Amino acid sequence: MAEKRLMQGNEACVAGALAAGMDFFAGYPITPSTEIAELAAEYLPQRGGRFIQMEDEIASMGAVIGASLTGRKAMTATSGPGFSLKQENIGYAAITEVPCVIVNVQRAGPSTGIPTAPAQGDVMQARWGTHGDHPSITLSPSSVEETFGLTLRAFNLAEKYRTPVILLLDEIVGHMREAVILPAEGTVEVIDRVKPVCSPAEYRPYDAAMGETAPMPDFGSGYPYHVTGLTHDREGFTTSKPAEVDFIIRRLHSKIEMHLADILQWEEIATEDADILLVAYGATARSAKAALKMARKQGVKVGLFRPLTIWPFPEAALTQVAKGKQVIVPEMNLGQIALEVERIIKAEVSGVNQVDGEPLNPAKILQAIMVGSEVSR
Amino acid sequence: MNNHEIRLSGSGGQGIITAGIILAEAALLDGRNALQSQSYGPEARGGASKAEVIISDEEIDYPKVSAPGILLALTQEAFNNYVQGVTAEGVILVDESITANPSANQHIFRLPILETAQARLRPVVANIIALGAMAKLTGCVSLDALEKAVLARVPRGTEDLNKRALATGVELAENQQKYN
Repeated sequence: MAEKRLMQGNEACVAGALAAGMDFFAGYPITPSTEIAELAAEYLPQRGGRFIQMEDEIASMGAVIGASLTGRKAMTATSGPGFSLKQENIGYAAITEVPCVIVNVQRAGPSTGIPTAPAQGDVMQARWGTHGDHPSITLSPSSVEETFGLTLRAFNLAEKYRTPVILLLDEIVGHMREAVILPAEGTVEVIDRVKPVCSPAEYRPYDAAMGETAPMPDFGSGYPYHVTGLTHDREGFTTSKPAEVDFIIRRLHSKIEMHLADILQWEEIATEDADILLVAYGATARSAKAALKMARKQGVKVGLFRPLTIWPFPEAALTQVAKGKQVIVPEMNLGQIALEVERIIKAEVSGVNQVDGEPLNPAKILQAIMVGSEVSR
Repeated sequence: MNNHEIRLSGSGGQGIITAGIILAEAALLDGRNALQSQSYGPEARGGASKAEVIISDEEIDYPKVSAPGILLALTQEAFNNYVQGVTAEGVILVDESITANPSANQHIFRLPILETAQARLRPVVANIIALGAMAKLTGCVSLDALEKAVLARVPRGTEDLNKRALATGVELAENQQKYN
């Protein structure tokens, strides 16, 4: 019987990873993500898994990719400065189609910034941090229990679509403790990568149609193949033939874009009768929800659209919900998702922005709501 | 039951964050909803340390405390840093060593927490003494739940020491009430 208990966000991340079958973690500890490495170091050896503290963030990302190629379910965790360092290898995982999970517990930046202060400044980095045309799956939880669920989901999506998946936490959700009821071990859906059934001689590692991924054997299981960051053909060998290059880049995107119904998750709160729509994610969605309740008490009809998958962004759902509403986007940055929302709904939105290392107070969002409700009258 | 916004403060190493976790766990044992957050500087030891706990029967959205109804401060520095925002009718529980000038309607309790820990138990249980006193003075969690939460969280072999610390905190609070 699952019981209610107090748990920290970072702890729930590790619990979710273990529930997904994580059996490898490589990392380089950094505040505010350190508890994830600490707990992985404690639990993995007890369960036959491996934990390794590497010499830096770049190497830990490399170790995660290597481990995954051998069939391990691998994760690393970091914060802004380390996330920057991991970008090169995240691109490598994208083009070589290696499943893995990268946790970024965001703190105030740029650079070393404020190690113990919250921010949401890495939203665009999660989308475009590594160079080249690549897709991104990025999930952003707002509570401790959701951190468990989305970490588990990050592994499942990584395995299913052979892709790196980013779990974008923030210092607030990572460090806070609240009540959770976690499902009993073995009762959650766990997805494993598909392995080839053909003979090694017939196996072609990147032989897949648009929207699809090829089966993936464990290195060492008798299926030798070539893994390279250079653009490759269906055999895995380097190519610069325009038709082949065009195909692999478009297929990389299509394997995500053709499965949006499976990948996208969002929550709509009190949107039906709303005149004003808040769009918020991560810890800020909690502030937004508090502001929504305060505004409703004063008779102002406010709704909340909360993406759990922030990349790809749930564009169609937002377009539908935002129709005829005034949109406000509170975030702990100077407007990274606000611009995206403007692009999607093709209308101006107003931002409520916080970049002083403090969380966004609901009172500040309420103020913007009240200004908005004056304007619309 | 009342909802509570509680701020616990002291210096790094005094077990402030542990106290916050225990308090939140006790609230859950009381069948209520609880959320604990913390803030600290880059120092592991010595800097001002703060933990916040929200206890409610409703869903807790915003995780930070802006107007605590209960403040605990174990050092002067923590008191100076964190007294701001305490509600007009708030309960302020401080160590005896602290100089405090509360506003008119605030209830201040100055208890010999650190000295009692040092003289009668061990300095390390000052946080547990403080929790016992706070629960007795404010009723934010039940003493039963608090004892269960303390015993579930402290290292094995220190259960008796921590039980005595809790009882000592309750006793300090009772004496305080008697003479005021």
